[in-house]
Amino acid sequence: MATQQTQVLGRALLTPAVALLFIWMIVPLAMTIYFSTLHYSLLDSETWSFVGLENFRYFLTDPAFLTALRNTLVLVGSVLAITILLGTPLALLLDQQVIGRSIVRLMVIAPFFVMPTVSALVWKNLLMHPVSGLFAWLATLVGATPIDWFNDAPLLAVILIVAWQWLPFATLILLTALQSQDEEQKEAAEMDGASALSTFIYLTLPHLARPITVVILIETIFLLTVFAEIFVTTGGGPGLQTTNIAFLIYSQALIQYDIGNASAGGLVAVVIANIVAFFLVRIVGRNLEA
Amino acid sequence: MKHVLSALLGAATLLGAAPSIAQTTLTIATVNNGDMIRMQGLTNEFTAKNPEISVKWVTLEENVLRQRVTTDIATKGGQFDVLTIGTYEVPIWAKKNWLIPLDNLGADYDTADLLPKIRDAVSVSGKLYAAPFYGESSMVMYRTDLFQKAGLTMPEKPTWDFVIDAAKKLTDKSAGVYGICLRGKAGWGENMAFLTAMSNSFGARWFDEKWQPQFDKPEWKKTLSTYVDLMKAAGPPGASSNGFNENLALFNSGKCGMWIDATVAASFVTNPKDSTVADKVGFALAPNAGLGKNANWLWAWNLAIPAGSKKTAAAEKFIAWATSKDYTQLVAKKEGWANVPPGTRTSLYQNPEYLKVAPFAKLTLASIDAADPNKPSVQPVPYVGVQYAAIPEFQGIGTSVGQQFSAALSGASTVDAALAAAQSATEREMKRAGYIK
Repeated sequence: MATQQTQVLGRALLTPAVALLFIWMIVPLAMTIYFSTLHYSLLDSETWSFVGLENFRYFLTDPAFLTALRNTLVLVGSVLAITILLGTPLALLLDQQVIGRSIVRLMVIAPFFVMPTVSALVWKNLLMHPVSGLFAWLATLVGATPIDWFNDAPLLAVILIVAWQWLPFATLILLTALQSQDEEQKEAAEMDGASALSTFIYLTLPHLARPITVVILIETIFLLTVFAEIFVTTGGGPGLQTTNIAFLIYSQALIQYDIGNASAGGLVAVVIANIVAFFLVRIVGRNLEA
Repeated sequence: MKHVLSALLGAATLLGAAPSIAQTTLTIATVNNGDMIRMQGLTNEFTAKNPEISVKWVTLEENVLRQRVTTDIATKGGQFDVLTIGTYEVPIWAKKNWLIPLDNLGADYDTADLLPKIRDAVSVSGKLYAAPFYGESSMVMYRTDLFQKAGLTMPEKPTWDFVIDAAKKLTDKSAGVYGICLRGKAGWGENMAFLTAMSNSFGARWFDEKWQPQFDKPEWKKTLSTYVDLMKAAGPPGASSNGFNENLALFNSGKCGMWIDATVAASFVTNPKDSTVADKVGFALAPNAGLGKNANWLWAWNLAIPAGSKKTAAAEKFIAWATSKDYTQLVAKKEGWANVPPGTRTSLYQNPEYLKVAPFAKLTLASIDAADPNKPSVQPVPYVGVQYAAIPEFQGIGTSVGQQFSAALSGASTVDAALAAAQSATEREMKRAGYIK
C-alpha cells in the first residue's frame, strides 16, 4: 500500500520534468512538421498556403537530392575508414614506451581541438591552395604540377580535412582501450612464441572491437551533419560535388528562403539519420552487448 | 552607507534617464566593403552634428548581410533602422511595401544630381525607395606593360574576339602570368553576375517574354563555351573558386593580364598601397560581340529604411548625410579624392579634382551609361535587371545555375550537361513559383 502511494507520488513529482522535456522535444518537431506542409517562402510571406506533402515530393525529386545523399554516405564512409584504419596503428604506436610520449600524444590529439571553420580555412589557404599552398610548394620542389584540390578532387579534399579532424578522436578512444588490455595475456602470448602480428589479430583486435564500435557510432552521428568544412572550402561545389544533405538543406532555407521546403528537407534528414542509426546498431551494436 | 546608496541610485537613474530623453539609437546594417568601413569611421562627424542621434553598426559579409536583412524584413523582426541593400532587392521589396519611400531627404539633397541609370534602378514608379551609396558597372582592366611587350593595343571598345586573342598571347604560365582572370565562384552575385552580363553581349537572355528559361538556346551555349574555353586556355588555376576578392588579389600581385570586373575595383588596382602594378593599369569598356550590347552590368549599394521602423526621421537624416554631396566632400578632405564613393552622382564626374586623380572616372561613367536594366539584352525580356532578373526566386535559381556553370569551368561537367541541368533546374523552380505551367 505504502509502496504504491510512494510510486504514485514519485510519478506525480516527476511529471513537471517529464513534461518539460517532452515540450522541449515536441514543440520544435511539431513546428517543423507544420511548416513542411506549407508553401511558405520568406520572400513571399503574405501568400502562404497548405500544400500537404508537395514539399516532400519536391525535395525528394530534386536532382540535387540523390547526389547529396550519395556524397553524404561517401563522406561518412570514407572518414570512418580513414580514422579507424589510421587510428588503430597510431594508437598502437602511442601505447609504446617512447621518450616524450606525452608530448607526442598531445600533438596527435591537437587537431580535434581546432574549430572546424578554422581548420577548413587553414587547409584551404595554407595547405591545399594551388598557387600559394604548402602542398603546391612541395609539388613544385619535386617538379610536379600542383593539384588543384578544390577544383579537381573537391570531395576528396573535404574528406581529408574532416578525417584529419576526427583521427585524433578515434586514436584517443582506441588508445584508452589499449591501455586497459591485459598485459599478462600479452606476455603469455609472447612466451608461447606468438608473432607480433598474430598477437595483434587474435588478442588486440578482438579487444578493440568494442571501442571501434563506439567510434563508428559517435563519428557517424557527427559526420552526417558536416557543414562548416564544406561551407568554408567549396560552398557545395563545383557543381554539386561536395553538397551533402546538411548543405542542401542550408541552401534551400537560406539561399532560396523556402521555409516549407527546408523543413521538409530537415525531416527527410532526420529519417535518413534514423535509418542509418538503425542499421548501424543492428550491424555493429551487437558488439556492445558482449 | 545610506547616503552612498542613494547617491549611487541617483547616479544610476541619471545615467539611465539622460539618454532616453531625446536620444535615438539607429541600428544600421551594412556590408563590409571598403567604402562602408570608411563611412563607419566617419560616423562621429554625423553624430557631432546630430547629438540626439547615436549610431550602432552591424557590419557583415555580403551573403550574411543579405540573409540577416532578408529574414529580418520578411519576418518583420524590426532589428534594423537603416539597411544596406543592392539594386536587386529595391524594386522587389518596394513593391511589397517593405520599404519606406524616401521623400524627406531634405531640400539640399539634389535628387536630380543622381546618375539617371542609378536613380532609375532604386526608384519604383518615380519614387526613390533607397539612396545610392556607391554604384558600379563592369569594365576591362588590363596591364599596359604586358600589352606593350606583346605588341598589342587595347581598343577603346574591345570585342570578345580581341579579348580572347589577347588573353592567349599574354598567357605565360611558366612565369605565373595568366591572360585573363574572371569570376568562377558559384553564386548569383559572383560568377552569374559576370556570366549574365557576358551572355547579354552574346544576345542571350534568362527568360523569354513568357518566362520560359532560355538555356537551351544557341546564344547561351556560345556564351558558356566561349567562357570555358577562354578560361582553360588563359585563366589561372583554381578559377572555379575565384570571386571578386580572389581575382583582385591575383591582379594586384601581377598574375593577370586582363580582368573584367566591377568598376569600383579600379581605385583598388591603381592604389600603390595595395597593388604592385598600380602604375601599369589601363581601362577599357566591357567587351561586345558586335551585337550592340557590351558585357556591362549595373549595380549599386544603397541605404534604405524598412517599413515599420519607428525612427524614420533619424534614419532619413542619416541616409541624407551618408549619400549627400557633402559626404563626398568630407571623404575627399579626410582621405583624398580617389577614395570617395563612386558611381552615384553626376557632379562627381564634372569635378576636375576627382577627374585628375581618377583616370578611370570617364570609363566608369560611360560603363554605367551603357548598361540598361530595362533592356539588358538584344532580345526582349520580361524582367528588370542587367546581371540578374529582379524576381524573388532569382537568388535561388541564380545560385544553382551558378553551381552548374562552375562545374563546367572546373571540368567536372561539360558545357552541354551544365546548360541542360541549368535549364531543367530553372524550369522546375519557375513552375513551382507559378510563372510557367
